[in-house]
Order: sequence, then structure tokens, then C-alpha cells
Amino acid sequence: MAKRHWKVRPYVLTGGRTRTRQQLLVHTLVSVPYYDSVFAAGLLPEQRTLYEHARETRSLAELSAFSGISLGVTRVVVDDLASTDRLLVHAETYESPFDRRLLERLLDGLRKLA
Amino acid sequence: MASASLPDNPTLTSAKIVIAGGFGVGKTTCVAAISEIPPVNTEAWMTAASEPIDRLDPGIDKTTTTVAMDFGRLTISNDLVLYLFGTPGQARFWPMWDDLCRGAVGALVLADSRRLDASFAAINYFEQDSDLPFVVCLNLFDGMLTHHLDDVRQALALSPDVPLITCDARSPSSVAQALMAVVTHTMQRTGHTAPGAFPAR
Repeated sequence: MAKRHWKVRPYVLTGGRTRTRQQLLVHTLVSVPYYDSVFAAGLLPEQRTLYEHARETRSLAELSAFSGISLGVTRVVVDDLASTDRLLVHAETYESPFDRRLLERLLDGLRKLA
Repeated sequence: MASASLPDNPTLTSAKIVIAGGFGVGKTTCVAAISEIPPVNTEAWMTAASEPIDRLDPGIDKTTTTVAMDFGRLTISNDLVLYLFGTPGQARFWPMWDDLCRGAVGALVLADSRRLDASFAAINYFEQDSDLPFVVCLNLFDGMLTHHLDDVRQALALSPDVPLITCDARSPSSVAQALMAVVTHTMQRTGHTAPGAFPAR
């Protein structure tokens, strides 16, 4: 996407909010469970761009980079859309990043490439 | 290599390993070697926020207003994907480092034996300011180890419990092994033994 000039300041898009209801990490996955073109047409430009890009499962970082929207704004907008079930924030399957089951699965996956 | 798209699976979950180190030590090369997508450059991330401030000085270099960092992705299975995040080099972006490290499995801190000082700040961050388990890895640019690892460890003032390994950041298998070292170290640091070290309970 071409570099855009921010005619609108980020805090206008987010209503001054910087925090989100749920923890949204840079690698947290989001996806659109069922795409609704009528819903999409009624969204604000930034919301719509993020909604369209999330039709394919993506991490927050990918969504932000591909949409050309800063990570902070992406977080707040994704949080809003997720609260209406329009966007799915994928649940953490493992208790923590140090969950032994997770670590073993990563080792197994990496071993295939080693 | 898996396709450019992630599996369409609502239970798909993700993990993250942080690739840190100074400027020019091979972070992007390392991510590119193993990522199934071309490394994504997130230059746009902070440009918008910093623009009004940095613009006050018309002579300021463009590169200082952006966070140049890359990340890549590796699909482990149809319900697990691993992200690799390279850290931005400049120290002024340390709040960004906290953000990147939150929820990570561990960190791989790359170093260049010819310019160890380039990675001092990164090592210092993980030793002092973060609880994230990390492994220091000498990137062998020409495939040759020019110094003894013990000398490097001493020069970096690494504590004995931080593993020091080597890799060739251009080689996918070498990077995979380095990442395995990170995961294994995290297992040990978080109270588990590496698989195979002891018989299963």
C-alpha cells in the first residue's frame, strides 16, 4: 500500500484510546468468521481496511503492516470489531508461552527444518 | 515451505520468538532464511505517531523517524504458527522491545564476532530489563569461527547460564537449530528438562 499522509490524527480514529479490553499481542491471530459486505460498506475507512485484510487469518503485526495502519490504531480498531463478533481474536491454546506442550511442538516443527 | 496463507482454522494459535541484536548483525537475514513469507517490514508502525514531533526539525534524517524492523512466519502445523520478530536497532525504541517480547517463547540475540559491541545493548536489555529466556548466537558470516567461544563469552561478560552458540544466518537449517536452542533453553529455564535429557515420567 502506498504511504499515506495522516490527515486525521491517530487519536481521532481511536477516540483517544490506547488500551484495549483484551490482550492483543503483535503475534495474536485474528480472522473474520463470516464476511459481510454490507457490514464492511458501513465501516469507517480504517475499520474497513482492517476488516477486509482480516478475511485471511493474520497476526496483528501482519494486519497492521499490510493495511498501512499503525500498530496502536490497529489494536484499538481490532478490539472494537472483536467486541461485536465481527472479528475473531484467536484464543490462546496454551497456558503460557512457556507451556511445555507448546515448546515441544515447536521443537518438533523446527527439527524438520534443521 | 507452506503456502503464503495461513490455514483457515479458528483454533489456529501462534507463538513468537524475538530475534535481537545490533544493526547489521544479520537479523533480517536470519528471519528471511526460515520465513515462509518474505520478511515483512513494518516501517509504517510508528511513522504516523512520530511524524508531528520529528518534523519540527526539517534537517532530520528520514531513517530516524521510522522503526525499521522485520518479521517472518513459519507454519508449524495446521493449528500452530511461529512468528519471528526482529527488534528495531535503535535504543530509543526500547518500549517497542517490551511490546515485542511480551508473550514470547524466548529470544535469539545475534552477534558479530568482529563487532561485538553492536550487540552489547541488546544483551544488556535481556540481562537487565527482561525476564525472557535468551540465547546469544554468533553469526558466522564467512562460515568461520574467528574467535574462541570462551573469549567471546568473556568479551560479552555473559553470565554462565546464558547459552552461547553459533549459526549461519543465511542457512535455514542452521537458523532452525539456533531456534531449537532457544526453545530448549526456555524449557530448562522455566523448570522443565529438554526432551531426551531424561526418560519420560
